[in-house]
Amino acid sequence: MDSNRPLLEVTSLAKSYGGRTGLAGIDLAVGAGEFVVLLGPNGAGKTTLFNILCGLLPPDAGEVRIGGGRPGDAGARRALGIVFQQPTLDLDLSVRANLRFHGALYGMGGRMLESRMEEELARAGLVEAGRQVCRTLSGGNRRKVELARALLHEPTVLLMDEATAGLDHASRRALVEDVRRLANRRGVGVLWATHLVDEASEADRIVVLHEGRVLSDAAPAEFTFRTGKPTVDAAFLAITKAGAPRESTI
Amino acid sequence: MRAQPMTAEAISGRTGTPSGFGAAHAARALGAIVQRDLFRFVHQRGRLVAAVVRPSLWLLVFALGFRNVFGVSIIPPYETYVEYQVYVVPGLLGMVLLFNGMQSSLAMVYDREMGFMRLLLAAPLPRWYLLLSKLVSGTVLSVLQAFGFLAVAAAFGVDIPWMGWLWALPALLLVGMMLGALGLALSVHIRQIENFAGAMNFVIFPMFFISPALYPLWRFEEAGAQIVHVAAQLNPFTYGVQLIRFTLYGQFHTLAAAVVGGCLVAFFALAVAGYRLRSPPAAPRNPQST
Repeated sequence: MDSNRPLLEVTSLAKSYGGRTGLAGIDLAVGAGEFVVLLGPNGAGKTTLFNILCGLLPPDAGEVRIGGGRPGDAGARRALGIVFQQPTLDLDLSVRANLRFHGALYGMGGRMLESRMEEELARAGLVEAGRQVCRTLSGGNRRKVELARALLHEPTVLLMDEATAGLDHASRRALVEDVRRLANRRGVGVLWATHLVDEASEADRIVVLHEGRVLSDAAPAEFTFRTGKPTVDAAFLAITKAGAPRESTI
Repeated sequence: MRAQPMTAEAISGRTGTPSGFGAAHAARALGAIVQRDLFRFVHQRGRLVAAVVRPSLWLLVFALGFRNVFGVSIIPPYETYVEYQVYVVPGLLGMVLLFNGMQSSLAMVYDREMGFMRLLLAAPLPRWYLLLSKLVSGTVLSVLQAFGFLAVAAAFGVDIPWMGWLWALPALLLVGMMLGALGLALSVHIRQIENFAGAMNFVIFPMFFISPALYPLWRFEEAGAQIVHVAAQLNPFTYGVQLIRFTLYGQFHTLAAAVVGGCLVAFFALAVAGYRLRSPPAAPRNPQST
């Protein structure tokens, strides 16, 4: 394998549903320690892309490589940590029980699992809440548990699919900053899907996805410069309103 | 400070998790799935109570009420005339397994609706193994409930040989697996919890009533209901009940075991194929989902 290859690499990926185009041949890459924000309005194809990356949906065409493997391969699945848009905690189990369950699915057990759990709970500031039933946690803390769970098996790529859905502004900011730090400190490659422009402020790169096409893939400053707009918000509105074809990708 | 960029190759050995899908991984995953389902079952008091009360009511109200109406002639495996409540116990054990098999499929639909299924399907385990684990887990619950009912039946003085409890265990496991696999295969096509009750009424009741659970098949024939008699012979549940009935008395019913085993393989294969074709799991009920 090429040692300079990105952790996550998507090439000419296409997917259609009953005549409707979900993804129209997109390219995307996430390197180690990169925080890439996948910005797109509702219906852009973000969840379709994530389903393919997670191995839950086969693509019609194109290629995906995750840590050198294909989606669905055990190696690729191990390389991924995922926080889904829809909460996936078992609310009747305690925080630790949810983490243990996840660890077992990834083949972890014994002291290794317990020590990784404590590390992640401590990082998330949830040691005290470890015995609490998840149903009793606030929305923000539930997301923290999901992030701790996603990191438990030490993935190299973190997929965050609209992970701030339902959170208040302060909790959203805290989550974005937390994941940004993870990318910096652990070298985890992060793909953060959102339709909220303010979450892109911490990005190394912003990939704009619209109607199944990548309209832009650039650093925030470059994105605004190229669109001639003063802010990422204005640039995003301009580019998605214009609906630029792929050939004119900036 | 920003970390030095790491490549996939550089990081590939970093995770502490085992690299392959080995026996230890398989056992841990299976244990976790069984443990979770047991925990949920024990904490769902309504389900726990219903699991024992439902067949017990049938035993008390139906069997005792009709004991003088239904006469059972001497048919294998019975070597003598048996009271109706003795005859009906294997059928009610089958009912316990049938209800729980379907209940397990409801749990699959619930997990899919609640998003938990995504977590399972994204794990580094083969999909068939996840389904097998769910099947084993549901069967463990089924068999525990079946023994709970046997204890109730014994408490009410129904004469079942004590050794029959032991002999029936493999049969209960096999029939429980078959009915659980049927539930799994059906859960592929039930996309929402709201549709579950309706769909199950078309499965549970015909399977239960058109079988030797409540009376021997010859009674259908005697009543001139040839179509029902034929339908009962095509019903896998018929063979499940017969397998349990025979093993409770230390006898083996080869045809019943073969049919139950064959149906188990067929239903499980359908479930695996269905979950492969139907991926991804149900989209979240959220307008933001794309």
